Amino acid sequence: MNPHAGIPSLKPATSEIFASRKHILDLDDFTPSEIQLVLDNTVAMQEVIRRSVRKVPALRGRTIVTLFHEPSTRTRVSFEQAGKILSADVINISNSASSVKKGESLYNTALTIQAMQADIIVVRHPHSGSPNFLARHLSSSIINAGDGYHAHPSQALLDLYTIQSHFGGIKNRKVVIVGDILYSRVARSNLWGLTKMGAKVVLCSPPTLIPPDFINGFPKNHPFASVSITHNLSEAVKDADVIMALRLQAERQSRGRLPSLREYSKLYGINAEILKLANKDVLVMHPGPMNEGVEIDTEIAHGPHSVIQEQVTNGVAVRMALLYAVASANGGDK
Amino acid sequence: MKDKVLIKGARVVCPANGIDSKMDVLLERGRIKDTRVNIEVPKDTTTINASGLVLTPGFIDLHCHLREPGFEYKETVASGSAAAAKGGFTTICAMPNTNPVTDNATSIQSLLDKAEGQPARILPIGSATKNSAGKELTEMAEMVEAGAVGFSDDGNPIASDILMRHALEYSSVLGVPIIDHCEVPSLFTNGQINEGWVASRLGLQGIPAAAEEQMVNRNIALAKLTGGWVHLAHISTKESVESIRKAKELGIKITAEATPHHLTLTEEAILHGTGSGGIFKPLTEEAYNTMAKVNPPLRTDVDVEALVDGLADGTIDIIATDHAPHAVVEKLCPMQEAAFGISNLETALASALSLVHNKKLSLNRMIESLTSSPALLLENSNHKIGQLTKGFSADVTLFDLNGDWNVDASQFVSKGKNSPLHGQKLKGKVVLTIYKGQIVYSELKKDLVSK
Repeated sequence: MNPHAGIPSLKPATSEIFASRKHILDLDDFTPSEIQLVLDNTVAMQEVIRRSVRKVPALRGRTIVTLFHEPSTRTRVSFEQAGKILSADVINISNSASSVKKGESLYNTALTIQAMQADIIVVRHPHSGSPNFLARHLSSSIINAGDGYHAHPSQALLDLYTIQSHFGGIKNRKVVIVGDILYSRVARSNLWGLTKMGAKVVLCSPPTLIPPDFINGFPKNHPFASVSITHNLSEAVKDADVIMALRLQAERQSRGRLPSLREYSKLYGINAEILKLANKDVLVMHPGPMNEGVEIDTEIAHGPHSVIQEQVTNGVAVRMALLYAVASANGGDK
Repeated sequence: MKDKVLIKGARVVCPANGIDSKMDVLLERGRIKDTRVNIEVPKDTTTINASGLVLTPGFIDLHCHLREPGFEYKETVASGSAAAAKGGFTTICAMPNTNPVTDNATSIQSLLDKAEGQPARILPIGSATKNSAGKELTEMAEMVEAGAVGFSDDGNPIASDILMRHALEYSSVLGVPIIDHCEVPSLFTNGQINEGWVASRLGLQGIPAAAEEQMVNRNIALAKLTGGWVHLAHISTKESVESIRKAKELGIKITAEATPHHLTLTEEAILHGTGSGGIFKPLTEEAYNTMAKVNPPLRTDVDVEALVDGLADGTIDIIATDHAPHAVVEKLCPMQEAAFGISNLETALASALSLVHNKKLSLNRMIESLTSSPALLLENSNHKIGQLTKGFSADVTLFDLNGDWNVDASQFVSKGKNSPLHGQKLKGKVVLTIYKGQIVYSELKKDLVSK
């Protein structure tokens, strides 16, 4: 494989950066320079996306299988599109239309996919750790496209990219993540990514929706030591550069974690009043899908501070950079 | 095999008789005949040279799962008993969570029929409620008559306070315990592992220590109220140990067990491969080790320490294995789909001995917690086990205190290969097990046995 196939500004993986990376399971094992490489290559990929003919031969002859055990629109489609722009053969498998319906185990489904010579398996699964499990047992590269409430590294990278593209960098930017931290894989991967890149992170949630070991803050030697935690949104968003709202699932109410969506919205919803407390050029982000009127007001979701659509567009370029990195780290020409 | 066996020159440890010294043990017609220094070899005797080895009464496990009937793909009475023999256990108590549930005298008898001819004594534990559904009591008196040695809805706690009260009242005249798996169901909420930083790190639902502690405290209160006997299964937290200690000081009839895994492993075993760097280290593909998924979950260093202290001072009466064999596919899956449990019979001794080697527990107390202490809990069933006293069953275990071995779960005779210790080097290995005077397991060199 020509390492720059069709994309002149692409940076190759080096022996220090990415070259030995087989899987992308979370951002916890990324170095800041690895993250930076992905972000830099995302710029190169954006250039490809803007061309009139959106096709480069970088991954020609490679097979990517997306194995989605959970409903998804943007993540699956953007991995598929990313693969196709890079000329890989992309095969999509979803649980509703596969032998999973017949009760096949994840292990056996994955073995079958591997037997069909998949180079990269992009997996989405409701159970935390499924990608780690597959990485342990298969020889294909595994990219985690969201597992339970463990990790969603490609989402975190596209969030980092979106922040960087607006502010020119991430370091020292104040990023407030608001909502259901407890069940959010997006928040968890972002915690790793943002802290590694030097952002000032504030988590803001009701006390029932934060991991129990987070609630008293982090000890000095903890990887998240710089992260602060509050249950008061007005306090949290003061001077914020970025407000990231998380999806709130209605079942949190029925399970007794919240009295009502109404009260949640009142205390933790992103609205015009709240934005006034943040920096004037604050970015409003949301990983989608949104519950407008619950965690975010419609006028904000579609207002001038919102970069939610941009996140989706950036998602394709980030995933191109990730697929390219994994493919080039694993052997070049076959 | 002759009906006399003389084992010469072992370090004999029999806590019930206060023995820990080099002597000989003579077995005759399935009974202990003599235990003293320099027994002369009688005629027609199999003689075993056990010099350098430790000889103890056969181990007794108050808590194991044999899976038959209903789950023979996980374990059978035969494979479970063979695993017991290999692990040095000569008596094992089978939990009733089979299908159908062991909840009447007929099913107790059926298990005892299957136990006939096996290499270990199998004592049935009956279900405390019909079908372990927690609604109505079982016919406990009839089951005791048939051979039941205790009652439990194991796997399920007896959630109803009033039913637990009545179970304790009803069984109080039978001389056997109600064994409770302590866990408040509404706090369990589909939990996978201990609630703490590991669960948080892995994005798994935690099971808080309070789920156990609240039910331990309830059981203590009900034991006090009724005068009934509660035996607390597989205790896992520091607060539980403290509650039990306090209850015992007050004279409440409470006994408790701890498993080899709760005494030696922490929740970090789930991170398998990530190692001692804990939260600082990235997870690898080795994380989410389903082999360490067990209920109650592995807890923290602080809990392990409290359990070991509790075992040492007798707050925790016994070591019980909670041997829970599962088929390969039940662990070869993501964490949330994996079965709870550890195949334990074949590694229990080495795990327990690690506490002795690390000087946290005396050898005497460790042996006691596997022999005479569980025998005491089974006392009313009149089996004469757990000590090397003349007339007691000739159940004997010989082990090499310092023998190193590598755990290869694929070599387990149990059908359950599910062990978090797979691949680890352990110290201490059973080399001979004698049940009712018969050698049921041996890896002794042939020249040490003369016939």
